Amino acid sequence: MLLDIKGLEVKLEEEDKQILKGVDLEVEAGKVHAIMGPNGSGKSTLSYVLSGRDGYEVTGGSARLDGVDLLELEPEERAAAGLFLAFQYPVEIPGVGNMTFLRTSLNAQKKARGEPEVSSADFLKLVREKAKSLQIDPDMLKRPVNMGFSGGEKKRNEILQMAILEPRMCILDETDSGLDVDAMKLVSDGVNALRDAGRGFLVITHYQRLLNHITPDVVHIMSDGRIVKTGGPELALEVEENGYGDILGEVA
Amino acid sequence: MAKAALKQQKTDATEARLAGLRLPESGAWLREAREAALGRVQAMGLPHRRDEYWRFTDPTSLSAAEPAPAALFDPQEAPLFDSVDRLRLVFVDGVFDAEASDDLALEGIEIERLAEAGAKDIHWARDVYGRLEAQGHEKTDRPLAALNSATATDGVVIRVTGTPAKPVHLVYERASERADAVLHHVVKVEQGASVTLLETGPGAARLSTGLEVDVADGAACHLVRVQGRDHERRAETSVFARLGTESTFKTFTLTFNGVLTRNECVVELTGDDAVAHIAGACLGAGKDFHHDDTVFVTHDAVDCESRQVFKKVLRNAATGVFQGKILVRKGAQKTDGYQISQSLLLDDDAQFLAKPELEIYADDVACSHGSTSGAIDPEALFYLRSRGVGEVEATNLLTLAFVAEALEEIEDEAYADELRERLAGWLERHAA
Repeated sequence: MLLDIKGLEVKLEEEDKQILKGVDLEVEAGKVHAIMGPNGSGKSTLSYVLSGRDGYEVTGGSARLDGVDLLELEPEERAAAGLFLAFQYPVEIPGVGNMTFLRTSLNAQKKARGEPEVSSADFLKLVREKAKSLQIDPDMLKRPVNMGFSGGEKKRNEILQMAILEPRMCILDETDSGLDVDAMKLVSDGVNALRDAGRGFLVITHYQRLLNHITPDVVHIMSDGRIVKTGGPELALEVEENGYGDILGEVA
Repeated sequence: MAKAALKQQKTDATEARLAGLRLPESGAWLREAREAALGRVQAMGLPHRRDEYWRFTDPTSLSAAEPAPAALFDPQEAPLFDSVDRLRLVFVDGVFDAEASDDLALEGIEIERLAEAGAKDIHWARDVYGRLEAQGHEKTDRPLAALNSATATDGVVIRVTGTPAKPVHLVYERASERADAVLHHVVKVEQGASVTLLETGPGAARLSTGLEVDVADGAACHLVRVQGRDHERRAETSVFARLGTESTFKTFTLTFNGVLTRNECVVELTGDDAVAHIAGACLGAGKDFHHDDTVFVTHDAVDCESRQVFKKVLRNAATGVFQGKILVRKGAQKTDGYQISQSLLLDDDAQFLAKPELEIYADDVACSHGSTSGAIDPEALFYLRSRGVGEVEATNLLTLAFVAEALEEIEDEAYADELRERLAGWLERHAA
């Protein structure tokens, strides 16, 4: 199993508030899983905990990537192991050029895996090629990371990072938020281009519309810190039509 | 302590310090200038901890008769600006080393040793030496600068008449653990002329430098300084610049290590449309690191621009100080004055003390100042780490980004690039 989450329980470090109350989830290589759910159900917390953000305390359960215990690793080790989180709110970093950021990230991962680093020339070629398909203009690459980027540009920049780092397991946290129709199509095309037999996706979204572009194999409904229902793509359509109320009422 | 008692204490301490002080031998005009400077020291008194201007920095070790010894340090790196074609003037423990220096002849510039210039009956430097320094006390006493003018044992006087093909590089090397170096340089950039000055090195166990720069109408002077890595060294430097109409003065100072550094920069914009940029960055670690930038910019003409950009990276209980003032005199309309001082505190014990000041007597001006103190942004750090960049490397990358804004003040990118590399090297060596 590519991503294997069992009984994951998480509380906030600062206050005694349980956010995840036993999440069970398996994502196979080659598959796209979607997690939908109302606000406050714990979707984003799940993505942060998997990527190693501070502020959470795991109180139970496990999360493994290719059999490796993710929860034991530092965030950078998780990235080198093949985990990637496309942020809901990509961070602006003044003073660090986007190209420097991309190259430093790629080479840090390669170094951690004992692979040779990429030369400047090869890297430039790689970035240009990937940027072109996402319609990222060279000016965006020269600017500091996400500085002055529009909402759509920030999300495209996330997908560009994903395309360059080629992770095994991609988590997309509310990637559709703040995107207009054209940007959503561009981002989705970028994601779809990365779908292959060796890679898994976990697409976190509140609305069904992103899933029109990125067709999931499996859809999970999350509520109050648990996965409460799992089904095929039709489950997403049900949410779109009837809202979360019906489904949650049904399981309650 | 009562004011009168403090004054008496200062007078006594100053008299004790100056008793038996012999001014260096020099010719007529220079002797006169030195005696006048000594008179200023006596009148002002040496600085005291209780002086407002020294509230954040203890001047005792800078004004004491004897310097504290400082171990010699081999940085094991190539000399700065080695790849640049430049005219090198080498000082060892504050003494000019003619053999190690380049030939002084260069088209568009006249360079003389202070002692030679001072021996002449008539010399242009007479109108500058000690004069800009003396003007610099108008609002604030700067007795250490006056003491420097009085007692400087070496230095160069430079007159720029054209645009010399290469920069002049003042190299301050060390050979002794106890040297007390007092250097004073005078630079006059004639109308329409342009020069770049580089100044690098640890200097001495205790280094005092005075630099007076007279920038005539339409002239330009760039000054890039790097204060070297010796951990125990002390330095007190004063730059006085006077700017004519449509002239430019830009300076950047990068400081590594040292126990105590006080860099004062006093700039007077006397001609319309003049531009002054004063910037600096320092990197220090440990409770013994104390770095003080004290800047005073006076706008006395219309349409002038001044920028102060200072960044301090402080680690392990290091202390940074910034005192910056913009004074806009009556009639200095359309002044554009900007000042920012920021510190990056890499642990809880580091401290940054800032005193930004504006004093404005004109009504049509745009002046702003800001000062911030902060740690590494945890969101940015996590973002980088989530992409695979290790914590130390990510912290260094963000630290370099913090300093980048000050480095951008350096006009010549080749110098900025070289300093950026040195910064990166320091961060790697000092990684937590």
